[in-house]
Amino acid sequence: MLADLDWLEPVADFRVRLKAVRAAIADGTADEEQLYALALARLDLNQLGQLAGAVASYIANNPAPGPLARVRLGVIGSGTLGLVEPAIVASAPRHRVIATVIGGNYGSAMQDAIDPQSALRSAGLDLALIALDHRTLGLDRAQATGDAAAAAVDAAAAMLGAMVDGLAASAAGGVMVATIVPPVEPLFGSFDAVEAGSVAAQVAALNSRLAGWARDKRIVLVDIARVASWVGLDRWHDAGQWHSAKLPFDPDLIPLYADVVARTVAAIRGTTRKCLVLDLDNTLWGGVIGDDGVDGIALGQGSAKGEAFLAIQQMALGLRQRGIILAVCSKNDDDVARIPFRDHPDMPLKEEHIASFVANWGDKATNLRAIASALNIGLDSLVFLDDNPVERAQVRRELPMVAVPELPADPALYPRILLGAGYFEAVAFAQEDRDRADQYRANAERAAFAGTSDMAGYLASLDMVADFRPFDAVNRARIAQLINKSNQFNLTTRRYTEAQVAALEAEPTKLTMQVRLTDRFGDNGMISVIVVDRATWEIDTWLMSCRVLGRRMEEAVLAQIAGAARSAGATALTGRYIPSVKNKMVAQHYAKLGFELIEQGDSGETVWRLDLGSYVAPDLPMHIVDGS
Amino acid sequence: MTIDEIVAKIADVMVDVFDVDELDVTQATSADDVEEWDSLSHIRFIITLERLFKIKFLNEEIADLKNVGDLARVIQAKLPA
Repeated sequence: MLADLDWLEPVADFRVRLKAVRAAIADGTADEEQLYALALARLDLNQLGQLAGAVASYIANNPAPGPLARVRLGVIGSGTLGLVEPAIVASAPRHRVIATVIGGNYGSAMQDAIDPQSALRSAGLDLALIALDHRTLGLDRAQATGDAAAAAVDAAAAMLGAMVDGLAASAAGGVMVATIVPPVEPLFGSFDAVEAGSVAAQVAALNSRLAGWARDKRIVLVDIARVASWVGLDRWHDAGQWHSAKLPFDPDLIPLYADVVARTVAAIRGTTRKCLVLDLDNTLWGGVIGDDGVDGIALGQGSAKGEAFLAIQQMALGLRQRGIILAVCSKNDDDVARIPFRDHPDMPLKEEHIASFVANWGDKATNLRAIASALNIGLDSLVFLDDNPVERAQVRRELPMVAVPELPADPALYPRILLGAGYFEAVAFAQEDRDRADQYRANAERAAFAGTSDMAGYLASLDMVADFRPFDAVNRARIAQLINKSNQFNLTTRRYTEAQVAALEAEPTKLTMQVRLTDRFGDNGMISVIVVDRATWEIDTWLMSCRVLGRRMEEAVLAQIAGAARSAGATALTGRYIPSVKNKMVAQHYAKLGFELIEQGDSGETVWRLDLGSYVAPDLPMHIVDGS
Repeated sequence: MTIDEIVAKIADVMVDVFDVDELDVTQATSADDVEEWDSLSHIRFIITLERLFKIKFLNEEIADLKNVGDLARVIQAKLPA
């Protein structure tokens, strides 16, 4: 099931569609959504190769980034990776990434990684992937003693570490390392797990060290060993292919491998999905609530069907706990749809877990648009789970940017398909993620509260506290996440990796700010990230969470920047707006704040100036905590 | 299945594997006749054939093939009678 990427739709007319896209690329009318749409299909190795060619010619004809993230990924590893590389290129648009993959030379992983002049390291990489095999790392022999095994693992780790450090110097966005897949063949049998000298134990020891590196942010882990265990090592390892073509695993599994790499790249670049939208009847419970009533639907212990739906709800709760927003989109009367959430004794999902609850008789595409807009997130942040193939088809047709997994007939398999598809792949887990689902919920309550009074009175009654402080290590992961995920309220859309954010913490020529906002309804978490150049007093990065629009936070942020600039003796601030596909909402941001336009580029880029001599900080309906 | 029937199926696979619009495939066709037929696409070619015919080649069976006709004969021998 996972090996064949069963969450994707099979495609009958791939060659025809590919030809159309190739023609569009040739005459300059292709767009990235067409590449995304082609990549959404369940493609075999040949089709992936063909699509990779189309992606490469698209990039050649369209060097400027469009709506999808652009990445240049270097790949080194063991054996023949020439089939894996195009598969990654072709799988990346599925995860909203347009990738160029630069492969190393065959059998030269170490030289490619540690020589600063190597073709690979000179290729302008953003990211790198190291995909080694136990055979290349010297872990293919059992060792006679525990000490000898420890030495072999140390040597393998030293080799990998040298590659990581070398590539990190040329791939500022980070180095991904694939975990080592243990071989099938046991030496002792079960005792391999006990005896440190066994190959299995050596591989396990190295993998656990890699997890430590990932925890320390030295690398990003791509847990290929886990993926191999999904499909089974007996199937993963193809000894014949290794001996004849040095293929490190069964080439039938390359589509899965490439998708896992692509989703990890997406997680690094912040293009993974944020919200799971759930249908109700026959998706969250068995039966139809409007017909069967709260006593008639299948949910809970006691029947196989009821337990399957219970497991689906528990899966949703698990995702919510790690920061995925939950929403409901159902064809039902609203009051009927809510009955199980309120009255069913075995229902773990409650209304309070659902950030946006839409139940009516309108079409689902329209309702998904309403959900995205209520939550202030893009349609490309949504995953829609619905048992009904007709609804799935309608949503795919109307809203291709919404991810809609194909589902097997048996609901017992829904969690495996949904989670195996990797829509919510993550490379970090911050406190903010844990709190996010509650924040979206509280926001809905704030909106209701807003309707009851005038704006100024409402803002004053919120008891807002805005906390400003420079970048720090504790919040580094969250800052990097915002820098890479924020699209709409983002003046320059400059992306910085976590390593670059770390460098900014200690950079005396930059003023950095992270802003948190709390109010009477709860903690909004980090809502703004600012980087200002102290020499020119130009605002390099200004992004804000759309959750706090209309709270006069823009003015509060400007007052902080202006205050810092003034005390450093500056006479003016410069602001820059670089248009992207998604940030039109802030085109007039600086005008609204009283800046004057001083420069206008052909591409729509504008430069603005604020005279600090005449600027007066406004009275704001919040308490400011200045932690600088 | 006759050799000609197998060659016809191989020809369909070759269009997809080598990503060419049209290909005149006979028993005499070899890697020299198809520009896109290199060592990597050869691997894809072989595994696509294995999938299609539901067979598994041994390395030694396909190491010394000269042309599509040779390949078709190996496949024919592996198919159930």
